[in-house]
Amino acid sequence: MEPKSLTIDAARSAVQQRTASAISLTESFYARIQNDDPKIGAYLTLCKERALAKAAEIDTLAEKGERLPLLGGVPVAIKDVMVTKGVRTTAGSKILGNYIPPYDCTAVARLEAAGAIVLGKLNCDEFAMGSSNENSAWKPVHNPRDLSRVPGGSSGGAAAAVAADMAVAALGSDTGGSIRQPASFCGVVGLMPTYGRVSRYGLIAFASSLDHIGPLTKTVRDAATVLGVIAGRDPMDSTSAEVPVPDYVTELEKPVHGLKIGVAKEYFGEGLDTEVRKSVEAAIQKLADLGCEIVEVSLPHTKYAIPTYYIVATAEASANLARFDGVRYGFRAPEARTLSAMYRCTRDLGFGAEVKRRIMLGTYALSAGYYDAYYLKAQRVRTLLTRDFEEAFKKVDAIVTPTSPTPAFKLGEKVDDPLAMYLADIYTVTADLAGIPGISVPCGETREKLPIGLQILGKHFDEATILRVAHAYEQAA
Amino acid sequence: MKVTEKDVAYVADLANLELTQAERERMVRDLNSILEHIDSLNELDTTNVPPMAQIPDRFGVDESRQGSERFAYTIREDVLEGLRKSLPHDVALANAPDSDGTFFEVPKVIER
Repeated sequence: MEPKSLTIDAARSAVQQRTASAISLTESFYARIQNDDPKIGAYLTLCKERALAKAAEIDTLAEKGERLPLLGGVPVAIKDVMVTKGVRTTAGSKILGNYIPPYDCTAVARLEAAGAIVLGKLNCDEFAMGSSNENSAWKPVHNPRDLSRVPGGSSGGAAAAVAADMAVAALGSDTGGSIRQPASFCGVVGLMPTYGRVSRYGLIAFASSLDHIGPLTKTVRDAATVLGVIAGRDPMDSTSAEVPVPDYVTELEKPVHGLKIGVAKEYFGEGLDTEVRKSVEAAIQKLADLGCEIVEVSLPHTKYAIPTYYIVATAEASANLARFDGVRYGFRAPEARTLSAMYRCTRDLGFGAEVKRRIMLGTYALSAGYYDAYYLKAQRVRTLLTRDFEEAFKKVDAIVTPTSPTPAFKLGEKVDDPLAMYLADIYTVTADLAGIPGISVPCGETREKLPIGLQILGKHFDEATILRVAHAYEQAA
Repeated sequence: MKVTEKDVAYVADLANLELTQAERERMVRDLNSILEHIDSLNELDTTNVPPMAQIPDRFGVDESRQGSERFAYTIREDVLEGLRKSLPHDVALANAPDSDGTFFEVPKVIER
């Protein structure tokens, strides 16, 4: 069976009906990775032994005629910020270059418990800090749709692997747009669930109040399936919420007729590419044709989202990354003679330029004399941004926007201008700050055949509605 | 210019970074450019707006309850092994750059 365009249901039923064995399917994915990944760069580490052992387990079930679990025999891959027991996990950083975790991330363990076959670990920006994947300490990722362009970031490897049929689905993480923006750039579906919906246990922390794990898939149905598997309370993460998990796949089929869809002018302003605007407007028209009621809403504080985000995220990062000191795991600078010199040299040599920049900005924002002016101020504006959504969601069931103001840009185009790179996240950071869920679904292409993404934002814990709208749009488009 | 080279040296010290001279110069430039953008937050009057430290402040909890009571569902029994067994010694030390099998080893802290 060929990996090309394979969905979760197609892969699982092939293995269930024994038209393909899980082992042969896994091997055909590895063959494809061996053949295609050298020019894309999506994978950092392969875990063949673990994958083939799991595949054998699934084949035994299928041979006995037992009903396979939801992801039985489905080859998936994991962004390298989620720890995997016995499989090297680097977070895209040299400082964790030789780190072999002693435990599994909850989301990964849940995928495997549902029968998924983990092929390997996916490239990403170092510690998930970036919007182009160019901050990986190992290698850049090339967009499978145009190899001269970035795949987006920070889950660039995840989006590229799914787009290039080197995994049926992938897990990514989203702190400021890192699932949705690369999904949009590579032409796949990317879902960021509500904060607290999916356990963060085993996700290497970047900004703890903003980090989310979620799926990147080829279809909205697949995203619904994966979310159903990974969602739900986990005692190992005290911020994971005790909120019932609906059957997302069944919910997809409910009609969208009569749903109120908000459109906010703040997401269609200066800096929005003309072709992206046209595609998103056409998608909104399509939703109207499907019987949705289009309602104008206002999110007046949107323009303050990027400055708020870059204070809150970097402040939290500066604290989270203090643990990398060369003592318990990871890289240690070999030459240092004193403890304090060892810390400094280890961090100087172990972290890349963008990570150091963010640690510096976050430390500055938290330092004596600046805490009130920056960190506390940003936390207050975060309340305003969240209230914007709470007000809007009194009137509408979901809000649609472009995922990114532009299609995929060229490799190297923004590497020397951190602020320009930060502004690539202008439409995605708001949802992370407010903790609401968001999905990016493909909505056409530019003249140069570059994918465009439609973002659908929802109420807290209402992933079912945004999945339903995304599914209806995907089926109609 | 809000951030000077002296500020960068001070903050690097707090963050346990050393930074090369070239990195420090670049950092002065980058931080100033980013902070200039961040200063737009001062256009907003936030005097009576409460700070938002975490998302669960906004949902899923009984607002009539106060303080830690609101997060009662996260509380568990304090049992010896907790939610999972502690890592065995050898596993916990397996990733250490330097260890003697019992402890993590680091360069000398006190000079005699």
